[in-house]
Amino acid sequence: MADEVVLLDFWPSMFGMRVRIALAEKGIKYQYKEEDLRHKSELLLKMNPVHKQIPLLIHNGKPVCESLIIVQYIDEVWNHKSPLLPSDPYQRAHARFWADFVDRKVYGVGRKLWATKGEEQEAAKKEFLEIYKTLESELGEKPYFGGETFGFVDLSFVTFYSWFYVYENFGKFSMEAEFPQIVAWVKRCMQKESIANTLPDQKKIYEFVLELKKIFGLE
Amino acid sequence: MASEDTVKLLGFWASPFSRRVEWALKLKGVDYEYVEEDIFNKSSLLLELNPVHKKVPVLVHHQKVISESYVILEYIDETWKQSPLLLPQDPHERAKARFWARFGEEKLLLASSGAMWSLGEEKERLLKLAIEAMEKIEEEIKGKEFFGGESIGYLDVALGWISYWLPVWEEVGSIQILDPLTFPATTSWAKNFLNHPIIKDNLPPRQKMIPYFHERSKFFSSLPPGWIKI
Repeated sequence: MADEVVLLDFWPSMFGMRVRIALAEKGIKYQYKEEDLRHKSELLLKMNPVHKQIPLLIHNGKPVCESLIIVQYIDEVWNHKSPLLPSDPYQRAHARFWADFVDRKVYGVGRKLWATKGEEQEAAKKEFLEIYKTLESELGEKPYFGGETFGFVDLSFVTFYSWFYVYENFGKFSMEAEFPQIVAWVKRCMQKESIANTLPDQKKIYEFVLELKKIFGLE
Repeated sequence: MASEDTVKLLGFWASPFSRRVEWALKLKGVDYEYVEEDIFNKSSLLLELNPVHKKVPVLVHHQKVISESYVILEYIDETWKQSPLLLPQDPHERAKARFWARFGEEKLLLASSGAMWSLGEEKERLLKLAIEAMEKIEEEIKGKEFFGGESIGYLDVALGWISYWLPVWEEVGSIQILDPLTFPATTSWAKNFLNHPIIKDNLPPRQKMIPYFHERSKFFSSLPPGWIKI
């Protein structure tokens, strides 16, 4: 029986990118549907009535929501190649802990950095630098967060790379100067086809944010 | 027993987060050493074991440290594979269980505890959000004895706070969220959950919870508004 895999997504979403990379890593064929978040499709509203959010994976008609939950689902169903999580329970717990850290801290602070001004933005910048410092410290001398190979934590965080130019521009700092290990790690990850082919160009994301700021009167 | 086999849990008596880890360990029949942490005067041990969040619960097993209660629950299920299996076997059901556990935490728990201590318009806003979230939980439990089906599972343990902490928060905050008439299925589940032999012997004393949460309410309502992010 052929698997039917559909991904409802939005091209600049770092959460959606995680799923795209996971699908690419596993070599899964799927139908990509771009959502207009200001005019959400019937399918999205029907399949994710609770949050009405992307990314949303529909596998043989059954919906799976929340990017890290989707990634784990993909890893469990298509378990014949390219494991995304380690097999050891402690390594898995360690990976889940850090992916959860990325989920809870990285998106919010990045958004505050480009969406605010003045004192609020200064506070966001301070918080941003602290959070990334924690991640830089966790990465340490390892080639990947997962150790010798690319894994779950790397997947959860690497998608923010597309947004680095936005953060640098609005935060007025250099990622390379502040976080050399993270930048080296990103460059390493970008050598993987699944990542290089998935992550949108940083300038495109920057233009998208400029548009967003105009639309929401955040200039 | 070799010391590396020791399971240690740092917890706090009133925390629903450390309690859910205890439920999981007890359901699996895993022996552990419980260390009560004074979260208002954190020990150097806690700060050393969980430097990132500085919170309980923290599980130490074979000298390996795991924090974040949901991460710990999955670790317990994967390490001690005996019955009961907490997470469903089917990947889609597992994804659903993880989804609802997260929903319970991000939408229902935050709004409920926030509604308890906040005042005025903010209290009304959070109460409304909590009730809306409860409506979705009710849909999930309809027709089932436990979220896990016929037996207690991961999602029951994750949402178990609803059966015992929520009524305390309702009393302290003079609010009602789990109305038995509006939410008969959740109310019935809560009764079943509390009657489970492992759960009913592992709950913090209610007469201590009430004054404790009154104190916490006073503290939180004295903070500047806009503190709660929901």
